[in-house]
Amino acid sequence: MKLTLKIWRQADAQARGEMRTYQLDGVSEDMSFLEMLDVLNEQLNASGEEPVAFDSDCREGICGTCGLMINGQAHGPEVTTTCQLHMRTFSDGDEITIEPWRADAFPVVKDLIVDRGAFDRIIQQGGFISANTGSAPEANSVPVPRDKALRSFNMATCIGCGACVAACPNGSASLFMGAKITHLGELPQGQPERDTRVVNMVAQHDHEGFGGCTNIGECTAACPKEIPLDVISQLNKDLRTALKHGH
Amino acid sequence: MTSVATQTQTPALVKGSRAARTTITLKILMAVSGIVFVGFVLTHMYGNLKAFAGHDAFNEYAHHLRTFGEPMLPYEGLLWVIRVGLIAALVVHVGAAYALARRASTARTQKYAVKKNASSSISSRTMRWGGVTILVFLVWHLLNFTIVKINPAGGATNDPYNLLVDTFDLWWMTLIYLLAMVALGLHLHHGTWSALQTLGWTGTAAARKRAKTAGWVLAIVIAGGFSLVPLFVLLGVISK
Repeated sequence: MKLTLKIWRQADAQARGEMRTYQLDGVSEDMSFLEMLDVLNEQLNASGEEPVAFDSDCREGICGTCGLMINGQAHGPEVTTTCQLHMRTFSDGDEITIEPWRADAFPVVKDLIVDRGAFDRIIQQGGFISANTGSAPEANSVPVPRDKALRSFNMATCIGCGACVAACPNGSASLFMGAKITHLGELPQGQPERDTRVVNMVAQHDHEGFGGCTNIGECTAACPKEIPLDVISQLNKDLRTALKHGH
Repeated sequence: MTSVATQTQTPALVKGSRAARTTITLKILMAVSGIVFVGFVLTHMYGNLKAFAGHDAFNEYAHHLRTFGEPMLPYEGLLWVIRVGLIAALVVHVGAAYALARRASTARTQKYAVKKNASSSISSRTMRWGGVTILVFLVWHLLNFTIVKINPAGGATNDPYNLLVDTFDLWWMTLIYLLAMVALGLHLHHGTWSALQTLGWTGTAAARKRAKTAGWVLAIVIAGGFSLVPLFVLLGVISK
């Protein structure tokens, strides 16, 4: 198939970027979106132009490294990651606009690559439990009710790709934080740090320049792991509880 | 920080964080003050329906609001207690909204060339401008019926019932009020659900559905209930 690609090009963090248009022929519908970009880059290499820089790692939809705004939707029109989006979703002759995640907390490094270090710093502030290293504890010594284990597991599927921030009109990372808060808060091991976790994570979130949540739900619609909105309710509840406990 | 020249300055880890200084606390303040308003508009709407009972019943109700609790309370005592509470809620609600809207505008200074809305409702996307619309309407509404008592038809203003009928006998006045009720309905539709979510009461899919239903119910009952009086004045059912 033949495509018209409109891609954000920006030489480095300081440079002024712009949208540039490319024509690409010979795209197979079996290609993934990233393979399509690989083909484009070969074409650009051949013509002596700088290839388009984009992030990717596992290309299996489990690492959360790749993330592109495709025609105004985070990871494109399917509920999946960009690497698992296939060109059969598009039609011959389509025009596709490709932009990086837009959030001041995710500054553009180059072209379509953004620095998601803000997420790492939020995790550093509370996305962990404290446990003694050394001998592993007996797995069955701490019972976890099945529904809690299930909810925890489901929220742990968040891969931190940043699609929630990219899709949110406020540039909020509430769904990301909510997933982490719920994932750890459902388990007995997550209880000792429960109050400080939510306060520190939200404080870091605000400090990074993410916006506040207005509960409109664009995040959950864009999430490739289908993290539901109730994690934001959980996040708010945990913060309110911490407030009550004097944190 | 790495030595890559293209990197911007990395924000540091926050120290001494307090729950009360977070954006979520601002949201909680918005939710609580919003619930105060929901309680108020619900009572106000119910009181307005007294217009269907006729001139004397409506005016008696208006007078009773002022003498409520006498002699324990002074004249208009309860009314002023409520007014002070509502003004406080307004300051909190608008202040928090302003702070959050400012944050949101600085969170994405470089806009998307193309952006689609996948699941958000019109009401959720019009919360800010809808809120401003309601605020502007509120100023006129208070000038119209409370503070100055402006009779747009030019008649007397000392009789609450007659002032109401005179106002809504003008089709354009009724139209302005109905448009304001559309804004209020949209605001309540998203605001109700959003407040419940912000307070952390929507932890399951079923609770989320209930909160969204509550938004629909309150929007229709309150905006619809308010709209009845102007509409029925214009239709001649409520008349002097």
